[in-house]
Amino acid sequence: MKVSEVHALLLEHFGASAILALQEATKDPWIEVAAGSIADACQFLHDDPRTEFDALNDLCGADYLETDAKKKNPCEPHVEVVYHLYSYTHKHWAKLKVKVPRWQGDVAGELPEVPSVSHVWAIADWHEREAFDLVGITFTGHPNLRRILCPEDWEGHPLRKDYAFPLEYHGIRGK
Amino acid sequence: MQLEDPRIIEFDVRTDEMLVNMGPQHPSTHGVLRLLLRTDGEVIHEVTPYIGYLHRCAEKIGENLSPPQWIPYTDRMDYLAGMNMNLGFALTIEKLMGIEVPEKAMVLRVIISELGRVASHLVGMGAYGLDLGSFSPFLYAFREREIILDLFEEVCGARLTYSYITPGGATHDLPEKITIPPGLAQLTGRDPNMTLSWIDACTMFLDWMTPRIKEYHTLLTRNAIFIKRTAGIGVMPGDMAINYGCTGPVLRGSGIDHDLRRDGEPIYTRMYKGYDYEIPVAPFKDAPSEAILGDNWCRFYVRMMEVVQAIKLVRQAMDKYPTAKGDYRVPFRMGTKLPNDEAYLETEAPRGQMGFYVVGDGDAEPFRARAKSSCFCNLSVAGPLCQGVLIADIPAIVGSLDIVMGEIDR
Repeated sequence: MKVSEVHALLLEHFGASAILALQEATKDPWIEVAAGSIADACQFLHDDPRTEFDALNDLCGADYLETDAKKKNPCEPHVEVVYHLYSYTHKHWAKLKVKVPRWQGDVAGELPEVPSVSHVWAIADWHEREAFDLVGITFTGHPNLRRILCPEDWEGHPLRKDYAFPLEYHGIRGK
Repeated sequence: MQLEDPRIIEFDVRTDEMLVNMGPQHPSTHGVLRLLLRTDGEVIHEVTPYIGYLHRCAEKIGENLSPPQWIPYTDRMDYLAGMNMNLGFALTIEKLMGIEVPEKAMVLRVIISELGRVASHLVGMGAYGLDLGSFSPFLYAFREREIILDLFEEVCGARLTYSYITPGGATHDLPEKITIPPGLAQLTGRDPNMTLSWIDACTMFLDWMTPRIKEYHTLLTRNAIFIKRTAGIGVMPGDMAINYGCTGPVLRGSGIDHDLRRDGEPIYTRMYKGYDYEIPVAPFKDAPSEAILGDNWCRFYVRMMEVVQAIKLVRQAMDKYPTAKGDYRVPFRMGTKLPNDEAYLETEAPRGQMGFYVVGDGDAEPFRARAKSSCFCNLSVAGPLCQGVLIADIPAIVGSLDIVMGEIDR
């Protein structure tokens, strides 16, 4: 099944308020889903026999903030969660995206919230912990959302574009 | 007063629950992995893996380097299969840029990456024997691997962190004339000053190694103690493997017939078009009667069978190499600007499907460089898999997942 067909299926089932866009002019076409509907959409794609996306190949976060002032077309500041789905039954791929503001309610330090899909695919548990740890996204409904790669007492989220490298960590000089 | 059945009390006696740290400096955890065990005597109630001891935030580094500069970081992730990691990232960049590499570069990549798979599985096999208390297979495996490393050294100058396969092809062509690797000369009884072409040296090594595979099976696969330690332990059904994102030999050991060399994206599968090879999938006809689909033994045996298939692929590729069309690379400049696009590609590394996700924004440095680790997903299943087993089975289960911490922590 092509991504455009998956998009049509989702649109029919969830409506245009939940399924926001289809980007086909790219290497891997993707579907943009509203943050609030991502868990339901994933559950649907996982269960429906036409799609049967039984595997989550990758889940990652990406922070979009242009740090180069000279850049002509700076990107719109936002945070993305990218889902790469795969079906072993039908051997087809799909890519979903969720876009949320960089900070919840534009208050710096308040992490944006995206519903967790860890109940759909077990592997999402660790991937979401990693996205929380490195990019700073709160996955609501996650059973155990804590840091996975950085130490528990680490401050900040390193893959944020405006992350400041710590000058000192437990007596270890950072610079 | 007398109890109706005295056995009820007897079996209700429990020891205190204990929290035991296994690692991070435990030899059988394959590097710096810490497993927090909640045990009741010898029985495991819960296993919580703690990772990140080797975290270098390679993804952040990748955002500040152009793709050819990040190649050396990819082979430091899975340092036992550096060539395959280079290949995965190089292909992702080629997908993003729409580069088609010449036929000769593709054949070269098949030779090198399949040889890398052999080397990686040799370590996997040897170290697994070591985990289970059998020392000698490890020494044999390293003897063979040493020659592969010597051959890789002749190709690119490095023994472990190759940075050899780059976007557009590879850094060098296969050498015309080399001095025979000292280990190979010793093993085959040749003159140590003999010169020959790289292809001939590789053929000589494969001819020498192929009959040795039987020895590994005698030492490990069919060894009664080894079977007792692996067969029927750590059983993972296929749907659980898929749900936990397991890939590679771990997935195929659970009976799911999936290999990206055959089922992947065209940019990757076209490399393997026209080759005759099989994809070993459990269950096996020649498995011992104790083995169950998806247990440690199956995962181990998939790797052993893949070595045979990888050797077959290398031989076929070496036959094609002299007549392959084109050059061994197309030029790719260090400062090549990446398009305003993004690409995700998974390749079949020895330990599973290694994915790279690159977002370009018109600069030479990617906007986002993501490495999806196969071992990361494979390890995530360790917790549920180890529930209810004995402490001594944990090295057997974790070892059968064949993890490399450098790749998990990135």
